[in-house]
Amino acid sequence: MNTIFKISEPIQSFLTEIGELSYFSGRFFKEVGKRPYEFKEFLKQCYNMGYQSLLLVGVTGFIIGLVFTLQSRPTLQQFGAVSWMPSMVSISIIREIGPIITALICAGRIGSGIGAELGSMRVTEQIDAMEVSGTNPYKFLVVTRILATTLMLPILVFFADAIAIYGSFLVENTKGNVSFLLYFNQVFRHLEFSDLIPSTIKTFFFGFAIGLVGCFKGYNCKKGTAGVGIAANSAVVYTSMLLFIIDFIAVLVTDIFYN
Amino acid sequence: MEKPTLNKPIIIIKDLMKSYGDNNVLNGFNMELNEGENLVIMGKSGSGKSVMIKCLIGLEEADSGSIEIMGKDIMALEQEEMDDLRTEIGFLFQGSALYDSMSVRENLEFPLRRHTKKFGIIEDTTPMVVTALKNVGLENAINLMPNELSGGMKRRIALARTLILQPKVILYDEPTTGLDPITSKEIIMLMQSVQEKYKTSSLIITHDVDCARVIANRMILLVDGINYAEGTFQELATSKDPKVQAFFK
Repeated sequence: MNTIFKISEPIQSFLTEIGELSYFSGRFFKEVGKRPYEFKEFLKQCYNMGYQSLLLVGVTGFIIGLVFTLQSRPTLQQFGAVSWMPSMVSISIIREIGPIITALICAGRIGSGIGAELGSMRVTEQIDAMEVSGTNPYKFLVVTRILATTLMLPILVFFADAIAIYGSFLVENTKGNVSFLLYFNQVFRHLEFSDLIPSTIKTFFFGFAIGLVGCFKGYNCKKGTAGVGIAANSAVVYTSMLLFIIDFIAVLVTDIFYN
Repeated sequence: MEKPTLNKPIIIIKDLMKSYGDNNVLNGFNMELNEGENLVIMGKSGSGKSVMIKCLIGLEEADSGSIEIMGKDIMALEQEEMDDLRTEIGFLFQGSALYDSMSVRENLEFPLRRHTKKFGIIEDTTPMVVTALKNVGLENAINLMPNELSGGMKRRIALARTLILQPKVILYDEPTTGLDPITSKEIIMLMQSVQEKYKTSSLIITHDVDCARVIANRMILLVDGINYAEGTFQELATSKDPKVQAFFK
């Protein structure tokens, strides 16, 4: 009997957490349309999460483009298919690599940041202070952050995709003397809306997941400084898992619609 | 401090119970705070003082009992009604709880701009912010960030943020804890001057006997989750009960 309890305890706490997360996200949809709209805080978060992530996302995208092309080139050369490089790189980056890598980087940078910030606000009673002054901390802290991540992630993914493809072009230009015009002509010739639209839609879900889990972990942070560390850490771990699950579902749904 | 003429109760707590698992923190606590009164609640660490004050403001949910603030049963209030009521109740946190990503001005503006029902839409908040800061003697700190303030200054700014909503009741959670004796004295004087100027009622949670001596009109000793003894400072300080005496040694 004890063994059953020991096994069921983590399952029970996992299910409880799923339930709490669902309630937390339900509250977002309830509060998002209500006044007052916290535009100033929303813009501040967009700046923090979007603009300030550009460098990291750009550098990562650039290196991915370079490495991906350098690694694939010899194999394609063996089959005499180097001319397929621009379309192969662009399709794989736009469909999968760009969104998932950018989302994982943002989960690390933005998700942990939100978890730590809200966690420390909870521990130092700043969230309680907002509540007792009769204001709505959920609206000010959570809604603005989730909206900002949801809207900023697609932009960051576009940016990362563009830089990655440019990185790939640089390799092709150096190794194969391919011109800018020819390379990008090849890129756009094989890209279709069916590549772009599903991958763009899923980035909104990625952004939502990053904001939601970061806020959930920080907002419900247990007391103490250790709690802040746990909130930041678990925000990254849970978001990363969730991103792969969303990606899997997105691929399944896309497959149903386009094939 | 002298006993004020007794006015009608502004807060009434009856048989408040609260437990965490097997740990019974409040075991039927009763209290009345009258208009214009300074009521001090003293108790050892872990005696349930902070839990009681958090139940009072709605940060914790009591297991049973009733809490009435200005004639309203807070356990029966909707969130919006509770938020409106909270504008009439100030709360000074033990750690000040200033929003550390906002300047002093923004800290004070934050609640002000969001209570349009009480204050209307305020185009320029500067006069109200400056007045609140003048009341705590820190009008020059308006553009500073919380990390540039000392512990005593933070406590004063937190009090200014409380005052800006023009509350009828102020709840102080250990207002002098962690401060040096001189700053503690300054905070106590400030609490007195606020009470005299705005005629607020104050509920002060503390284990600082000096603070209680200066500010209390009436005191309650909280022991094992119940109001063990009640009276003026003088009455309790001269009590023969060993549990009461322990506080004043």
